[in-house]
Amino acid sequence: MHDDQQLLTWLPRLRRYARALAGNRDDADDLVQDTLERAWSRSGLWRGVADMRAWLFAIMHNLHVDGVRRPRPQTVDQDEDFLEFASPPTQGERLDVLDLQAALDLLPIEQKEILLLVALEDMAYADVAATLGIPIGTVMSRLSRGRERLRALMEGRARPVRLKVVK
Amino acid sequence: MSSQHHPITEADLHAYVDGQLTPERQREFEAYLGNRPDEAQRVQELRAQKRELRALFDPVLDEALPGRLLRAARPRPAWHQQRWVASLAIALVSGSAGWGLHTVFPPALAPPLAQQAPTSAFAQRAAVAHAVYSPELRRPVEVDAAHEDQLVTWLSKRMGAPMKPPRLQTVGYELEGGRLLPGGQGPVAQFMYRSIEAGGGRLTLYVSNEIGGPSTAAGVSKPASVNAETAFRFAQQGSVKVFYWVDGAFGYAIAADADRAALARVSSEVYRQLGSAATTN
Repeated sequence: MHDDQQLLTWLPRLRRYARALAGNRDDADDLVQDTLERAWSRSGLWRGVADMRAWLFAIMHNLHVDGVRRPRPQTVDQDEDFLEFASPPTQGERLDVLDLQAALDLLPIEQKEILLLVALEDMAYADVAATLGIPIGTVMSRLSRGRERLRALMEGRARPVRLKVVK
Repeated sequence: MSSQHHPITEADLHAYVDGQLTPERQREFEAYLGNRPDEAQRVQELRAQKRELRALFDPVLDEALPGRLLRAARPRPAWHQQRWVASLAIALVSGSAGWGLHTVFPPALAPPLAQQAPTSAFAQRAAVAHAVYSPELRRPVEVDAAHEDQLVTWLSKRMGAPMKPPRLQTVGYELEGGRLLPGGQGPVAQFMYRSIEAGGGRLTLYVSNEIGGPSTAAGVSKPASVNAETAFRFAQQGSVKVFYWVDGAFGYAIAADADRAALARVSSEVYRQLGSAATTN
């Protein structure tokens, strides 16, 4: 593979993971963009990277954790025709799906990341551990707790799962 | 609860769901599962959970890739090759003249939010500064981007805090340089950017340290608690639009005669870079 084209090949998967992590398209793509920029700024290291996927996802993990600590401010505005910022999907036939997303958003970030890397990326546990910089035992216990919690949240579907309020 | 060699654990159950057991261990686990319908049920549920997650997010793989991400993923081209992709389509109205100060922000212009009087005055100054300097052909800046080191050193010293201009190529702007201006009580830094798009307009970033709490002319180590962050705020007069916000002891304003969504993107980008600079440096 041409070295300088390889980020392009990872782009769809980075977006998928980011979307699940961030919950909306704009924040997710911001996260992907930041990841790509940081990856380019360290392109001198690529040659020594054994597992490009783990390396890229590790960058995204770090950026996301930083970003969660420092959320972007909302925009306050007088006009209406404003930004095409997050436009959450409307409810209806996708109610179940929305429930899953809402439940996912209620998971602690440490559990959510692991659960998503395993579910979406089919990542081996050892690679998850390497990506997140944690011991594999921690991966397993968080995966277990995260899955259990997500299941409980989904089963509580009869009770209103707190969806984000959409005006 | 145990096989001959190693007890079956919770980790085995997940590894089974994820297909990460060795063939031998998988056989052991399936034998174990045979007598435990409740565990078999859990396996089914966890597999279903995985499938649902894939169903929810796999469609992202098939979405058209946004241009800004394609640009960010590709090797960095020289700027003149980037023109055609600079989709921001900045209205190039910087068409110089015509700008009297009074037309920028007439006295009648109400502050966007009543309680924000100090910051809206700040936004007005930022808009005026933009209107005054952005049409300049010969001297839009005091120190140009070719001498960025000097610019950073100078402004940082005068502002009493690191003043590093954000990189805005990914949102379509290149640094031209910067200058020091008088604010309400002290110095203000203005960075000038030019659209990468041929014939594109200019954009200014206006940074003041007199917004947050006591007038902090110097020192400024960790004033972040002095002043809570505010939201992005927006003001407009004529074609000049201003996004502004307060972060810690500093007020920031982005002014441009540009598409409003593009300006919002620039603001987000500036905010993000300033934030990561603060946490990593």
